[in-house]
Amino acid sequence: MPPILVPLTRKAVSLQIISTVVRNVRIERKFLTILNMNENNNIKKKQDEESIINQAATEEYRYGFVSDFETDVIPKGLNEDVVRRISQLKNEPEWLLEFRLKAFRHWQTMTLPKWGKVNMPDIDFQAISYYAAPQTKTSDKKEIDPELKKTFDKLGIPLEEQKRLSGMAVDAVVDSVSVHTSYRERLAELGVIFCSISEAVKDYPDLVKKYMGSVVPYTDNFFAALNSAVFSDGSFVYIPKGVRCPMELSSYFRINAAQTGQFERTLIVADDDSYVSYLEGCTAPMRDENQLHAAIVEIIVEERAEVKYSTVQNWYPGDKDGKGGIYNLVTKRGICRGDHSKLSWTQVETGSAITWKYPSTILKGNNTVGEFYSVALTRNYQMADTGTKMIHLGKNSRSTIVSKGISAGHSENSYRGMVKVAPNATNCRNYTQCDSLLLSDTSGAHTFPVIEVGNDSSIVEHEATTSKINEDQIFYCNQRGISTEDAVGLIVNGYARDVMRKLPMEFAVEAQRLLSVSLEGSVG
Amino acid sequence: MNNSLKQYIDLHDENLEAINAHSAPQLIGLRDEARQVLENAVLPRKGSDDYEATDLNAALAPDYGVNINHVDLSRESTTKFRCEVPNLSTCLYYVFNDTFRRSATAGQSGDPASVESFQATKHPEVLAKHYGTVARLENTCTALNTMLAQDGVLIYVPKGVATTKPIQLINVFDANARLMAVRRVLIVLEDDAKAKVLVCDHTKGDQQYLSLETVEIVVGRNAQLDYYHMEESDEHTTRLSQLWVRQEEGSNVLIDGITLTNGYTRNDYHIDVDGQHCDTHLLGMAIATGEQHVDNHTLINHNAPRCQSNEMFKYVLNDNSVGAFAGKILVKPDCPKIDAYQGNRNIVAAPTARMYTKPQLEIYTDDVKCSHGATVGQLDQEALFYMQTRGISLPVAQKLLMQAFMSDVIDGVRLDTLRDRLRHLVEMRLSGDSMICESCELKR
Repeated sequence: MPPILVPLTRKAVSLQIISTVVRNVRIERKFLTILNMNENNNIKKKQDEESIINQAATEEYRYGFVSDFETDVIPKGLNEDVVRRISQLKNEPEWLLEFRLKAFRHWQTMTLPKWGKVNMPDIDFQAISYYAAPQTKTSDKKEIDPELKKTFDKLGIPLEEQKRLSGMAVDAVVDSVSVHTSYRERLAELGVIFCSISEAVKDYPDLVKKYMGSVVPYTDNFFAALNSAVFSDGSFVYIPKGVRCPMELSSYFRINAAQTGQFERTLIVADDDSYVSYLEGCTAPMRDENQLHAAIVEIIVEERAEVKYSTVQNWYPGDKDGKGGIYNLVTKRGICRGDHSKLSWTQVETGSAITWKYPSTILKGNNTVGEFYSVALTRNYQMADTGTKMIHLGKNSRSTIVSKGISAGHSENSYRGMVKVAPNATNCRNYTQCDSLLLSDTSGAHTFPVIEVGNDSSIVEHEATTSKINEDQIFYCNQRGISTEDAVGLIVNGYARDVMRKLPMEFAVEAQRLLSVSLEGSVG
Repeated sequence: MNNSLKQYIDLHDENLEAINAHSAPQLIGLRDEARQVLENAVLPRKGSDDYEATDLNAALAPDYGVNINHVDLSRESTTKFRCEVPNLSTCLYYVFNDTFRRSATAGQSGDPASVESFQATKHPEVLAKHYGTVARLENTCTALNTMLAQDGVLIYVPKGVATTKPIQLINVFDANARLMAVRRVLIVLEDDAKAKVLVCDHTKGDQQYLSLETVEIVVGRNAQLDYYHMEESDEHTTRLSQLWVRQEEGSNVLIDGITLTNGYTRNDYHIDVDGQHCDTHLLGMAIATGEQHVDNHTLINHNAPRCQSNEMFKYVLNDNSVGAFAGKILVKPDCPKIDAYQGNRNIVAAPTARMYTKPQLEIYTDDVKCSHGATVGQLDQEALFYMQTRGISLPVAQKLLMQAFMSDVIDGVRLDTLRDRLRHLVEMRLSGDSMICESCELKR
């Protein structure tokens, strides 16, 4: 076979490298098809090359398209009437409206926080529309609007169940509304509730009432209060006692309409002895303006239950001059309420102009386990201030934090974390590792960990390093005929492997590709 | 809101004439500026950024007496105080409360370094040139010190001079009323100079004391300075100290802050590395029992490329003591080839002791090697067990391990005799013995 002699495009090489590193079957297959095509037909080869090159050139942010389905947008601005309007549009019960109004009144007393290591401009909260719903042309909810379906096909998220290969249940949220949730019936057989939060409010008001706001109260912070007042949709998951959720649950968030903000709310409850793995993905069109995304995620883990929450965050990061992009200001918190419970956060952050999020875990039960694995890549003028909080309240609780930051271009990447061991939480253990990799001399990498230990039987360790990419490794790759750009992709993927390993298979592939793509053009 | 700063501002406003009348003339210029800064300043309370464990407002709240008219309050003669380091002959100076005194042995002929009070210095031009150039008034404590400072100690080592003997400065609190001492030290090492400075803090009597200290250190090109500070005060003493260092090209600085006994201490170390090829060592240790409170806060600014810094702080906390550490390494843009390490290791030896730590890195250049590590934990159970199987009792084993734990800070001391002395002091401290020299006045 002469594939080695075939002039490979740049893209193909980089794909090959990834495939050898992670033995990614899917990409290898893709690579082989490219080779076959090359062998078969020279003309076709040329065309293919061109298309691959084109693809590579536009690869910068491939989710930047805008879909033109009609959208109902309520007018810009925020006041009590808008809050009432949202509640009314969603036919919400009285108690929820009360909850929103209380949050809104509290929000009015607060000011935009300034402590993050990001250069946050003053956001005009009156210039944003707080509710945008895509209009569905078909009246039957079972059928998906073809235009919407097309959008999700473009994103690579097939909503039609027969097309699913991996057997993953998806809840798709466009702008403010959940448009489709797949696999609901099959999950319902097991008693698993997986639906949009609006539906949950109608169908399971007791559960929602019991848990919503119990981990992140509306008084928590500025954006939590804002979200509590205007949240539009999101996912609700309830895993009953003793049930191991048979498939990955996933929600997919998409901001489509211009000048809107997305305020979704996710609530996950894992009852005793249950298990669920939940994935979250997000994209947005390329626009010159900044859009706001302020979500709340609450997770409740009861006795001996386990929740794994993975995020691949790929909101539009703005262009290479830092224009546009999403402000991703998210409050994520979980509580390991029962003994022996476990909550694991994994996140891959590549998008957003400004990221400000600290997925946290309150380890309330005894012998509970909290984990946080993060890769945050920033380039151009992106700013990320992310990390975690591990609050040890239960005895013998353990937590692990692994954070890998990669900064390129003119970006700023900060890890900010807290490990707190309460005086009564004896025999706790924490290990924190946060490494930063700098790819340019104009980028910044920062670490702000706080450790508070209140007793003499707990052990807390923190380690951090900051360095640039190893020149010997690049030289070695160059020697082997791998271009510097590809070598950097290779090294970065290796560097982030500890975290990537924690992602579910399907997501890991996507995340790895995302890392390589995001790195393109940021070397040298 | 109750603001402790006000009483000091009022004191300044009401007694400005008296303050200036008893002040070194070089200090007057900055006084107004500091007053302006304090106009809008708010003292950080516990929990605010960089003051996670220390309440500055509360520390400055008591009504301390300030010796504005500079009356000599000391009751003892200098000879009675001994802070001996065996086999080490030092040039000995004292600061009684806020008054500078020299010992009989100090300043003998042939000693090239000049150690004098601001008011009596033979080098007023050095004082005028460097005073207030390193310390920044945005730090509220420094501003407060600058507003009230009247005198201080100037240690001046001219170009190319290497001091033969270490300079030892003993700060003693000894008064019969509640007292605040505004202490100021300026150390100037000109190019190629070399000096070793040892500072000890002691208190006598049961009064409440507050030491508000600002130390400025200027280290010239290729100069070398060792600065050791040892606090052996008592539980009634509050110490708020700001140490500011500016390093020029090729200089080598060791700062060592040791807290053996104290009351309520907050030490700030700000080091500006302004020249290339500098070496910076910042070490510290604290052994705290009872209600002791030790808070060390460090900032190393790497403003120039090709430098090395190494930082290590170690704490052993017992009883109800509180330890806090916050450190930051900041590498400015266009400062490649920085090799910086910051370490903080802590042993919490009692269930009621608390430790707060915040090691931070802020890096704006890619070609650097910076890392930090922080741990909070206990003595190794297996090592303790091993020693017990060898017939060493548990308390002795614990003491041995703690002594060993402190060894890398002790070993960082670059004065052999002082290192031995420190090892001895740590051993005494860990066994709960008195650390005061036999012949000293403090040994009552």
